[in-house]
Amino acid sequence: MAVAIKVNGITHSVDVDDDTPLLWVLRDVLGMTGTKFGCGMALCGACTVQIDGVATRSCITTVDSLGQSEITTIEAIGATPAGAQIQKAWLDHEVPQCGYCQSGQIMSASALIASNPHPTDADIDDAMSGNICRCGTYVRIREAIKSAAQSGANGG
Amino acid sequence: MSNVQNALPDADVRGSSSEANLSRRSFLKASAAVGGGLILSLNLPFEASEAGASESNDFVPNALIRIDGNGQIFLTMPYIEMGQGTYTAIPMLIAEELEVGLDQVRLEHAPPNEKLYANPLLGVQATGNSNAMRGAWKPMREAGATARMMLVAAAASKWGVDATTCRAEGGAVIHADTGRRLAYGALAGAAASMPVPQNVALKSPGDFKLIGKPVKRLDTPAKVNGTAIYGIDARPPGVKVATLAQSPAFGGRLKSVDDSAALSVKGVRQVVRLEDAVAVVADHMGAAKKGMEALKIEWDDGPHAALATEDIARELDKATMGQGAVAQNIGDVDKAMAGAAMKVEATYQIPFLAHAPMEPMNCTVHWQKDQCEIWIGTQAIARVQAMAAQAAGLPAEKVIVHNHLLGGGFGRRLEADGAVRAVEIAKKVDGPVKVVWTREEDIQHDLYRPYWFDRLSAGLDDEGRPVAWKNRFAGSSVIARWLPPGFKDGLDPDSTEGAIDLVYDLPNVHVEYVRVEPAAIATGFWRSVGPSHNVFVTESFIDELAAAAKEDPVAYRRALLDKSPRAKAVLDLAAEKAGWKEALPAGRGRGVSLQFVFGSYMAQVAEVEVAKDGTVKLQRIVCAMDCGTAVNPDTIEAQIESGIIFGATAALYGEITLKNGRVEQTNFDTYQMLRINEAPAIEVHVVKSAEAPGGMGETGTSAVVPAIANAIFAATGTRLRKMPVDPSLLKRA
Repeated sequence: MAVAIKVNGITHSVDVDDDTPLLWVLRDVLGMTGTKFGCGMALCGACTVQIDGVATRSCITTVDSLGQSEITTIEAIGATPAGAQIQKAWLDHEVPQCGYCQSGQIMSASALIASNPHPTDADIDDAMSGNICRCGTYVRIREAIKSAAQSGANGG
Repeated sequence: MSNVQNALPDADVRGSSSEANLSRRSFLKASAAVGGGLILSLNLPFEASEAGASESNDFVPNALIRIDGNGQIFLTMPYIEMGQGTYTAIPMLIAEELEVGLDQVRLEHAPPNEKLYANPLLGVQATGNSNAMRGAWKPMREAGATARMMLVAAAASKWGVDATTCRAEGGAVIHADTGRRLAYGALAGAAASMPVPQNVALKSPGDFKLIGKPVKRLDTPAKVNGTAIYGIDARPPGVKVATLAQSPAFGGRLKSVDDSAALSVKGVRQVVRLEDAVAVVADHMGAAKKGMEALKIEWDDGPHAALATEDIARELDKATMGQGAVAQNIGDVDKAMAGAAMKVEATYQIPFLAHAPMEPMNCTVHWQKDQCEIWIGTQAIARVQAMAAQAAGLPAEKVIVHNHLLGGGFGRRLEADGAVRAVEIAKKVDGPVKVVWTREEDIQHDLYRPYWFDRLSAGLDDEGRPVAWKNRFAGSSVIARWLPPGFKDGLDPDSTEGAIDLVYDLPNVHVEYVRVEPAAIATGFWRSVGPSHNVFVTESFIDELAAAAKEDPVAYRRALLDKSPRAKAVLDLAAEKAGWKEALPAGRGRGVSLQFVFGSYMAQVAEVEVAKDGTVKLQRIVCAMDCGTAVNPDTIEAQIESGIIFGATAALYGEITLKNGRVEQTNFDTYQMLRINEAPAIEVHVVKSAEAPGGMGETGTSAVVPAIANAIFAATGTRLRKMPVDPSLLKRA
């Protein structure tokens, strides 16, 4: 049975089992490879997308759980004010190294500042500790989130 | 827009060069490109120590610089990008001497070609051992300067003026007196027929416009908007997705598979049986994984079904009591030991480690009878091609390898096992298939950083100074498997780096290495390789000597550094910036480490807090580094931050253990990674230097582990001689 899901404003009908994780629908069925596979168990955050603005691990989110939700991926996050601020801060601070985890980092970080424009260090820890970076870009992620929050506070 | 292209360089252009004219030293060749352009081909060494080879008579170019009729500069080089910034720092060298902006240099991945791109001494096309910048530093700048001089000569000849009255600037040649100007594009064709200058003067550091300045990396934009393409993102038309299960016990075999339930999973197309693995091929990874879970597999665990880590440790321990190959001998250590006022002895152990790059192992293969096409992200493309060709039953030239960005390498992607597996599966699949390993497969079927066991002793004189230093260690030689000619007389340069040629002035030193290959478990290069082991051991042991001598760890080291001023300078700098002498509250401690590896000097001071339950919290790491000329300072800082987190992760959590012949860890819950909430503050201080660049991609990793262990000793009085940190040993009432 086909399932309808709404990704970045476009509704797609996909012919997969109901319990298929969203991650594989995005990557293998829709060809949107910006969302990454890291662990398959919601342990690393590489697959993070936003569902109705909430950072969510797509590797354990089955397509039948989505209903009418709006799914936003790295391919479209730059169109949101928070996403654009975070992407700019990521460039300014040269955050990525290998870059593989950064889609997930950016999705988590932009969800954070969209809901909490002035995150404290503890808020950053809470929002970002589910995202592993094997290249160890944590120092810069923290700095970039703070400067993105700053630019948002100043009207972007 | 990113300047980094995944495309292969244009073979027509490469093959079309004519009228080669060789410079005297034969390190560089100029030729004309079809369509009016200049091609310079040169040899970049893969080993820093091999720099002289580029001056040999056999000219084997492995890098190409092409300037086309539009003035666009194309660079094809053999090093790959895995986050370490090579794709930016190497083009900076060319741009600097060629007097162009970095945005005028376009980088192209080198295709696999062991003849064209190989290291003439080692015969490998690979990026590892922190050697890209060390290898490229001089030849790349010389090539840029050569091209500049030939372009200037072409302009001067066109204008009928003396070349010395012309200068290059901003991608053009300018005649100072008349203000005439010709862009490189208009000169490239004519430049190809100019004589190659015999001697080129390189810019002095004071004139550098790019080198030494923090430059934005070229690969960043694509990495923040989801468009960067890694191996796992390859999607050739019609591709199926497979996932695999390899024998959980090393050396085991597939006994039987019941695939009836798997084949009824929607989207599952096929189940492939190999001798020691099984794969489920499907329309997408979700179906492949579901199919895999539905398989009923029986394994024959094979001859190593009872193997445990303890068995391996016992074997290595025993080996350190026998004889090894002598890696270094200075003076007479036994005599000095006999006359010592005090003797200190210790053994150290460090565990097997998995690489766990964020991008799990994967490889896409389209196997056909007469050709095999491969999509992968690899540090060693020619190795992939050669080994895949063998598995495919085809000559190497029938194997086309498309390289991609790497979602972390750390040494894991120097191996071709994943490509071989994918070819084995693809041979049984009609059409292209992408083989994606689950994280569990990735962790349980790695080639692991070796387990090492070290036995050390030292003699101190009556003032506590070390007069004898003895070290015998046992473990696997990765070089012996990966590059057999590199292992000679029981030794290889990787296994011993950091254990010999210490920065300290020690009068009597004896170091032996015993190669012991543990049964069944394969070992591989792991970020900071040999030094990941040796620096932990030597820097922990020197700390023990300081404690035995009742001396301050920094002062004790410093007194041994009169012959190594660069080492002393980084030690002083790290201690000063860390506030080494400032008091800390109870439960906190500072530890220091000092190393000279990969051609760079580094000192680190770690500050830790140990809770009553033994939990270690990393507060702050201060790092001082002298890596010679800092080509892209921002990248260097980033790499040190990265290396520190990588090493700290290993120090606190990293351990692969074996039980019943199989790896016990499975995913990030049992093989933990340091997370942002646990990351220490990191300060990096880079010493200004005009020396040739040293490596830096791995230095942070090896230095931080002993700094942490020494800080824990300072905080608790407990010396940890086995990694990772075991909090149960640090509990206090």
